[in-house]
Amino acid sequence: MRATINATGLGLLFFTLMLLMAINLAHAVEPDEILDDPVLEARAREISQEVRCPVCQNEPIDSSNAELARELRLVVRERLVAGDSDEQVKNYLADRYGDFVLFRPPVKTTTYLLWAGPGLFFLLGGVGVFFFYRGSRRQKVPTPLSPEEQSKLDQLLADKSGKEDSA
Amino acid sequence: MIAELGQFAIIMALLAAVVQATLPLIGAERLDSRLMNFGGQAALIQMFFATLAFGCLTQAYIVSDFTLLNVAENSHSSKPMLYKITGVWGNHEGSMLLWVLILAVFGAAVAAFGRNLPATLKARVLAIQAMIGVGFLTFLIFTSNPFTRLVTPPLNGNDLNPLLQDPGLAFHPPMLYIGYVGFSVAFSFAIAALIEGKVDAAWARWVRPWTLTAWTFLTGGIVLGSWWAYYELGWGGWWFWDPVENVSFMPWLMGTALLHSAIVVEKRNSLKVWTILLAILTFSLSLIGTFIVRSGLLTSVHAFAVNPERGIFILFLLAIAIGGSLTLFALRAPALKAGGIFSPISREGGLLLNNLLLSTACATVFLGTLYPLFLEAIGGGRVSIGPPFYNNTFVPVMIPLLLLVCVGAHLPWKRADLLGVLGRLKFAGLATIIAALVAWYIADGGPLLAILGLGMASWLLLGTISEWMDRIKLFRAPLSTSWQRAINLPGSVWGMTLAHGGLAIAVAGMIATTAWKVEEVAILKPGETLSVFGTDYRFEGVREITGPNYGAIEGTFVVSQNGEYMATLKPEKRLYNVQKMPTTEAAIHSTFVGDYYAVIGDPDGTGGWTVRIYREPLVTWIWFGCGLMVFAGLVSLADRRLRVGAPADKKQARLPRKAAEASS
Amino acid sequence: MNRKVLFLLPLLVTITIFGYFFWALTSPGRDPKKLPSVLIDKPAPMFDLVGLEGLDVPGFARQDLTDNGKISVVNIFASWCIPCLAEHPYMLKLGARDDINLFAINYRDKPEDALKWLKKHGNPYHRIGRDPNSRAGIDWGVYGVPETFIVDSGGTIRYKHVGPLNTGDLENIILPIIENLQAQQ
Repeated sequence: MRATINATGLGLLFFTLMLLMAINLAHAVEPDEILDDPVLEARAREISQEVRCPVCQNEPIDSSNAELARELRLVVRERLVAGDSDEQVKNYLADRYGDFVLFRPPVKTTTYLLWAGPGLFFLLGGVGVFFFYRGSRRQKVPTPLSPEEQSKLDQLLADKSGKEDSA
Repeated sequence: MIAELGQFAIIMALLAAVVQATLPLIGAERLDSRLMNFGGQAALIQMFFATLAFGCLTQAYIVSDFTLLNVAENSHSSKPMLYKITGVWGNHEGSMLLWVLILAVFGAAVAAFGRNLPATLKARVLAIQAMIGVGFLTFLIFTSNPFTRLVTPPLNGNDLNPLLQDPGLAFHPPMLYIGYVGFSVAFSFAIAALIEGKVDAAWARWVRPWTLTAWTFLTGGIVLGSWWAYYELGWGGWWFWDPVENVSFMPWLMGTALLHSAIVVEKRNSLKVWTILLAILTFSLSLIGTFIVRSGLLTSVHAFAVNPERGIFILFLLAIAIGGSLTLFALRAPALKAGGIFSPISREGGLLLNNLLLSTACATVFLGTLYPLFLEAIGGGRVSIGPPFYNNTFVPVMIPLLLLVCVGAHLPWKRADLLGVLGRLKFAGLATIIAALVAWYIADGGPLLAILGLGMASWLLLGTISEWMDRIKLFRAPLSTSWQRAINLPGSVWGMTLAHGGLAIAVAGMIATTAWKVEEVAILKPGETLSVFGTDYRFEGVREITGPNYGAIEGTFVVSQNGEYMATLKPEKRLYNVQKMPTTEAAIHSTFVGDYYAVIGDPDGTGGWTVRIYREPLVTWIWFGCGLMVFAGLVSLADRRLRVGAPADKKQARLPRKAAEASS
Repeated sequence: MNRKVLFLLPLLVTITIFGYFFWALTSPGRDPKKLPSVLIDKPAPMFDLVGLEGLDVPGFARQDLTDNGKISVVNIFASWCIPCLAEHPYMLKLGARDDINLFAINYRDKPEDALKWLKKHGNPYHRIGRDPNSRAGIDWGVYGVPETFIVDSGGTIRYKHVGPLNTGDLENIILPIIENLQAQQ
């Protein structure tokens, strides 16, 4: 159970170095990246919010500080200026980095279950609820109380009214 | 010495848990009250030792005892005292100890407050509670010991991640854990009920306050985390559907469903099997959340240190706890008697629909969180599932739920006349349309969906208010009568009204910030002004400041509208001395209609600074609405009827009982 | 009977999910941070990069991959990248062979830094292309340096390694793939 700090300390130093590099170079969308055309810029922002930064843990390139995220933001803008549609820009990135970079997974064989899942779950649940109602209609006759239960109930009721009187 | 005492204490806590997990169970089987009584005592002993262990670790943090590996890795002598203490749970080992402590406290609370629980039920609940304790104490001692000593202690520690050195995040984990772990009581009650083969209204009454406590804290914990992300991460967002956010949200959704279905068990003795299943699933999701965050299974912005060995251990624990309880469920639940019957259009029907929608919502989040893993396992490649997925799946599930909340609350038990209820809601409906039109006018058009969303939120709010007005017969009886009725409304009814109202307000805030958020990025030189959506931000310049364990650059902005001074914002960019990690501290001016949010970035080398300004409309409504939900939970907890099963407090019994009639 | 099966459903679903968890925790080499390349078995992207001035090796373009009928190893490196130094000995080994091409893309680097780095540690590369704004890197799907690609003589990407090579990687992965591809020709 004993350990020395040296190994972890070194690892941390290394990690910190990497982090400093990543962070000191850029910081989310920088003013020099912004396009002059506000319509294109708005589209660029929207796309970059749906593109995952490949080096970060779980961040869109739009809010990531990583240098690669900045490059990708610039690529997105270059493609838009070149006349690509939003879809084409996303495909351009997915062709290079895979569907991994798309926060909106494309609908295809491997994702049918994902996209249909919530609806399917609701339908199955709905069927369950339907059978619940049908089943409960069938056993309409309530079982009468057993003698012990009846006496317990009487006692409880008596107890309750007793308390109320004392109020 | 203190650390050895702590080490000793967790071992003692484990021993107490072992006793608590076995003797009462045998006692309940043999109806031996002496053995059953061991449960309560052992629970108190377990809590004592867990508290002692936690106290020892806290002490080591306070005095910066770097001979402990855990302290050396996560603390530093120059850290402010508050963060030395909160640093105790800012790491895997310490947070696990906190987890175990909370579990023991809940066990002890059941022992202390459950004096008039049936003896066998109490004994079994305590035993199940202790079994969970045994599992996690073993995990703590064998894989995550916070009291490991160092052979060569360093002169100073590695410090706590600067992002965690923040008041919002300091108290987020304890609240979250009280929520997660609190559901263990509902779980233990469910297992005990399965063993006993009996679920009834009394059972539901005993379970509800514990569920409510857990739900209240979990709500608070999630909101605190979200609020922290909003002001600390510096991009004005408050929810990103990150796996770590999702795993706290799933138990919340299930727990909310459980709160509602338990009402049906309590009032109508129906939906019993379903409620038992919900209780098991809610806590299972809490456990899975704990597991996912600590196993490195999924990538997330904020996860604990990855360690596969620990992952396997927790997975093994989970398999026993969840698999075992669901096996018991499969064996015993079919024998549970069905209860009262009701028509689909009734209060029960409404609550059942609520459960179906909340479960679907939870399943959606579950699918979205774990689908990448499933796909990878079958060799389907890597995918990322982010906000666009949830906007297209989760949101459509929530819309009918939000629309039907106030309809359901109006429905009477057993069977109802839907047209009559809708008739009673016509004023609320009319007011909703007006509210939506007003929103449309103020927002000057804007996205149609957002306007409809705001209409939906106001429908929820107005419908809730109208239901409350119905209850107290406002304007239909003399005001004094209404006043009397309002005073006599039970806490649980107040709780419901406040929680639904809070939800409406929070939803309005979420929609408005999402739809009308404005962001500007620019380079400003001192003296220059940036105008964002009719508000002027004059940049006064920057200065260097020094904090206790960081250096920072502080920018100053004077915010004004039409030349009229509004506020001064001083965002910071900090660099923490030990970890050399920069953090942004946004400056926020909050108002009723929205936040004015400024972040200072880097210098451009020619005297200018990168500046980010956000305008976040109605964002305060989210915090206020969620705060109202937490408050509603507390109000509902104060309901004296929930304590029928609790110690017979003389004072309580003497209060007038009229209120009870007015309820339901 | 039917009803009882329904009660088993939660357990069955849970077992399935736990199976996946177990797989994820125990499958060797699974690292959620590593991203498999989508370019495997696809033609290498188009690029034409200028070389480093002051070095005796030329620049690097797409055409060089198919010019001489040899298997190419394409290494992405930078002078600021600490792990690149760790794998440099293996690059020197690969560069000494004349039956393969060892090409490099100098990723997001200053030419003078790269020059100094190569002078100090030795230049194993037969061609080096400068990629200052990482456009070529993006076309190759590069997300972390160092990365190493194996491209066959037809210009098709066959393998990608992320992170620094070590002895095991070289002996057990890289060299067998190269031999395999050479045997196929």
